[in-house]
Amino acid sequence: MAPLPVSSPTTCVIPTTCVIPTTCVIPAQAGINRGTGADPDPGLRRDDTERDARMTASLRRIWGLMYRHIALYRRSWPRLLELAYWPVLNMCIWGFTASFLTGRLGSTALVAGAALMGGVLLWEVTLRGQMGMAISFLEEIWSRNLGHIFVSPLRPWELVTALICMSILRMLAGVVPAVLLAWGLYAFNLFTLGPVLILFVINMIAMGWWVALGVISLILRHGAGAEPLAWGVLFGLAPFAAVFYPVSVLPSFLQPVALALPAAHVFEGMRGILLDGVVSHGHLAAATGLNFVWLGLASLLFAYQFHQARVRGALLTIGE
Amino acid sequence: MDAIAVTNLTKRYDKVLAVDAITFSAPPGATIGLLGGNGAGKTTTIAMMLGLLLPTAGEIRILGHDMARDRFAALARMNFSSPYIALPSRLTVAENLRVYGHLYNVHGIDRRIAELADELDLEDLLDRPAGQLSAGQKTRVALAKALINKPDVLLLDEPTASLDPDTGDRVRTWLERYRDQSGCTILLASHNMAEVERMCSHVLMMKQGRIVDRGSPRELLERYAREDMEDVFLDIARNRQNPVPA
Repeated sequence: MAPLPVSSPTTCVIPTTCVIPTTCVIPAQAGINRGTGADPDPGLRRDDTERDARMTASLRRIWGLMYRHIALYRRSWPRLLELAYWPVLNMCIWGFTASFLTGRLGSTALVAGAALMGGVLLWEVTLRGQMGMAISFLEEIWSRNLGHIFVSPLRPWELVTALICMSILRMLAGVVPAVLLAWGLYAFNLFTLGPVLILFVINMIAMGWWVALGVISLILRHGAGAEPLAWGVLFGLAPFAAVFYPVSVLPSFLQPVALALPAAHVFEGMRGILLDGVVSHGHLAAATGLNFVWLGLASLLFAYQFHQARVRGALLTIGE
Repeated sequence: MDAIAVTNLTKRYDKVLAVDAITFSAPPGATIGLLGGNGAGKTTTIAMMLGLLLPTAGEIRILGHDMARDRFAALARMNFSSPYIALPSRLTVAENLRVYGHLYNVHGIDRRIAELADELDLEDLLDRPAGQLSAGQKTRVALAKALINKPDVLLLDEPTASLDPDTGDRVRTWLERYRDQSGCTILLASHNMAEVERMCSHVLMMKQGRIVDRGSPRELLERYAREDMEDVFLDIARNRQNPVPA
């Protein structure tokens, strides 16, 4: 066996001391300041270096977890295909429905059909974003890898960030083909909504994140029994999200429930543009505000359930 | 400074006292054996040392870091291996090691993987999915993962469980070599008494959440007037015999 090599301090791989960025990067960087007498505040520079090293380490850990999932998709075309399968299928069904209605009812149905397809696509953003995040977490449970992940220096916020990044990638892999299909097959161009579309998409995927964070919290609390929520929970919210109809259609006692969901405001805003050509800044602001509130609450729930899982020892047994 | 310092560590689940105010320490470079029957509290102790489980009371300091307040600083310089926790089976061995190289912020990951592949005879396995490996190969890969960050403290939960004698011996040899070259401190939970006798400088005997005896393997053999550690283990587990007074 070859002897264990001793690397230079700058490369940070000295076996006994050089793994933590804060301890291994500073010596090399500190040399810049040492003895020059010209640095007005060496302490401040050292703080900056430490902060940079910590941030670099965080980014590497986030990328490490993303790489674990990307490597899976890189080798498996059925997995890649599955990402786009349901969004494309949904687009086919609703696209043909819209085409049929347009053929029978004329120009009025043309606008309604556009609202229908816009609803499908934006709802898929939430759905794929939520599933992308929750299922990436479940992958760790299914591969019995969670124990290794949580004994690494990966912080909970880094885990959540990696899951969010994966949800964006998975959402794009699912929704982009459906957008192209809508444009190619039904001549529906989602981008006619204008630049506000970007804000709609951000709000829709953000809703997917807080729902996913809630699902992950429930999995941490209830284990495998809560797994089906990763697939089903958003379907339960769909009737209140006003995807295909305005909130006013709902019974009055259900309307406050709908208006508590960012999606309902996004869809009201989308229909405002498609039907009346008006951008409703009120609905946009409401969706953004609600997302902040729900994300905050979901983060608190996740932090609490993660702490409780450490109290109960559930991080070792989860999924069994 | 001790690499591991555990003081009055206690874990209670409702009415069950899983670990009962245990105290021990390990200097750098030592290999400490954690022995005890099933349910003695070994895995619970290791889980608390790794930060997976919050203690009810007591303090754990690893490499000078208080695990209650500063666990991530310690975790970056620790690692862990257990046959009961798997690596993603569809990823290749090299991909798995690359993932953990990133998680542990290892610089020059590919060079480190090449070193480990050379040391642990993994070259032919690097491009194979982890799920297609034999038990012995999986153990070697798990060991490579545990050594990816050149840890200063290594916690091993039955590292040679279910391995044939040849592979088990190789794993022990690798661990001893790494410890001797790096000065790493090892905490080893094992049911293999020969392994404990060979590798450990100090042994903690656990029963019902408490440390009921401790000492070097030689001291324990003398204290219980036994030829091998297995008999010492049985004496303690079955309350068969009181130790011979010093």
